[in-house]
Amino acid sequence: MDALDRVVKPKTKRAKRFLEKREPKLSENIKNAMLIKGGNASSTVTQVLRDVYALKKPYGVLYKKKNITRPFEDQTSLEFFSKKSDCSLFMFGSHNKKRPNNLVIGRMYDYHVLDMIEVGIEKFVSLKDIKNSKCPEGTKPMLIFAGDDFDVTEDYRRLKSLLIDFFRGPTVSNVRLAGLEYVLHFTALNGKIYFRSYKLLLKKSGCRTPRIELEEMGPSLDLVLRRTHLASDDLYKLSMKMPKALKKRSFDKG
Amino acid sequence: MEGQSVEELLAKAERDEAEKLQRITVHKELELEFDLGNLLASDRNPPTGLRHAGATQEAELRALARDNTQLLINQLWQLPTDRVEEALVARLPEPTTRLPREKPVPRPRPLTRWQQFARLKGIRPKKKTNLVWDEGSGQWRRRWGYQRARDDTKEWLIEVPGNAAPMEDQFAKRIQAKKERVAKNELNRLRNLARAHKMQLPSAAGMHPTGHQSKEELGRAVQVARVSTASVGRFQERLPKEKAPRGSGKKRKFQPLFGDFAAEKNRQLEMLRIMNSKKPQLDVTRATNKQMREEDQEEAAKRRKMSQKGKRKGGRQGPGGKRKGGPPSQGGKRKGGLGGKMKSGRPGLSGKRKGGQHQGGKRRK
Repeated sequence: MDALDRVVKPKTKRAKRFLEKREPKLSENIKNAMLIKGGNASSTVTQVLRDVYALKKPYGVLYKKKNITRPFEDQTSLEFFSKKSDCSLFMFGSHNKKRPNNLVIGRMYDYHVLDMIEVGIEKFVSLKDIKNSKCPEGTKPMLIFAGDDFDVTEDYRRLKSLLIDFFRGPTVSNVRLAGLEYVLHFTALNGKIYFRSYKLLLKKSGCRTPRIELEEMGPSLDLVLRRTHLASDDLYKLSMKMPKALKKRSFDKG
Repeated sequence: MEGQSVEELLAKAERDEAEKLQRITVHKELELEFDLGNLLASDRNPPTGLRHAGATQEAELRALARDNTQLLINQLWQLPTDRVEEALVARLPEPTTRLPREKPVPRPRPLTRWQQFARLKGIRPKKKTNLVWDEGSGQWRRRWGYQRARDDTKEWLIEVPGNAAPMEDQFAKRIQAKKERVAKNELNRLRNLARAHKMQLPSAAGMHPTGHQSKEELGRAVQVARVSTASVGRFQERLPKEKAPRGSGKKRKFQPLFGDFAAEKNRQLEMLRIMNSKKPQLDVTRATNKQMREEDQEEAAKRRKMSQKGKRKGGRQGPGGKRKGGPPSQGGKRKGGLGGKMKSGRPGLSGKRKGGQHQGGKRRK
């Protein structure tokens, strides 16, 4: 119990609960995401961050002020923010002449940067530009990755793992079949990644499984891969380590 | 005629089925990979249809998305379902995609000194009641905290005990005693913490922070201070009655390489004789102590297991501790029983053992 193992013990139950929520556990909490604006952030980038925040509510924090940092050069301020707000995923948006509409997506391990991938936004259609009904916040999305690129290069594989981590939402054991409302579709083609989100319409088919019709709902982005900062192999392996207690469950479940 | 119509019916039914399924089937060259725990599908087929960019791209992307989603939904609808409050709920399997953790795996903490001792002796925490009857106020009060049952601090009268000075402030004494207990507890907690983190305990040159130290500890502090000079204690004089410390000097003494040949020969022959003898040499005291310690541990482990089993079976077996007449009585018996037997075993080694010794490993009970 880490809260009681500190030199200065927490004096109130509330402080103790706060510390216990943040300490390392066997089965972890849902990862929070922090969305940060850089020194020069264009309106596109700001809108992208707002839309992603809408998708990630309530497991996200949108920083309102601009933070003048460069993630690829100095990661200390990002790590400080992560420690303060207990977020292990981040998205940093900025804009300059050399890298217009830049978005850095990354994740942390033990409050240190694990992976960071920089993408450029080429085309963006926001949530409010598409005029139809949206799904309630906090729904678990379905994720689909199309294109063989996602398994060929290490960069793309890490990007896929990062995107799954980012958009996955809480891990649940049961899901209401009528509540599967939206799907995020990533296509890798010609060096670009097309991110589309659709709302699901279940139509009657003759048998039990319904026929799907899609309606474009959410943000749609055309991304192009720029720089990457991937974790070294041993750090990645360390972060993937599963505690033995969790490994045994696969026997019981089957 | 009927046979024909039956065949026709069957064929028609088949065609109908195929038509229905056609609405939800999707043809793909490579099968998709599904991770239903994460509601994830991966399509490995190269998206050739989208190579030509342009106005039709959106529609093609949407068609591709529709196909993939249809396949994923087909898989999801195959899962076992329950009916929970008029909603159809599917039971998802465990997610198969391995994703990195957020924080490192928690390390198991080493046991504290008390926990080690309790484990060895088989002491289990006693279940205490929440409320205690308070005579003074005539009501049930909590065991500790605000308005507790037996509150020492609220007493307005303390009798001066017979052996205390008449002018001593008993109230101040009580407060001081409580402060010392709290400080001791805190010190032990920090020591346990330091042991858990494998840090160096601050020695502060051997001096205890509260000033209460035993004679041996002070002696050791003095010794360390004496040796901490530039000439490593060579020119430090002793006080008139100060004795030289025992146990300083070389910890292991080796015989010189060649000196007394007769003694060396005798030693080697003795060793050979012991190795050749059929009967094993037995160090009685060590054997009995080892035996007692093992018995203690076994009993503690058994009691723990029995209480675990008892908990699972609904406590049918009752508390584990009371069945065999428990450890406290055994300890008492041990002490009482050995009162008259202290001269047993090897006289040279009797001083340091914990529970005394028996002749030839006789059982304690």
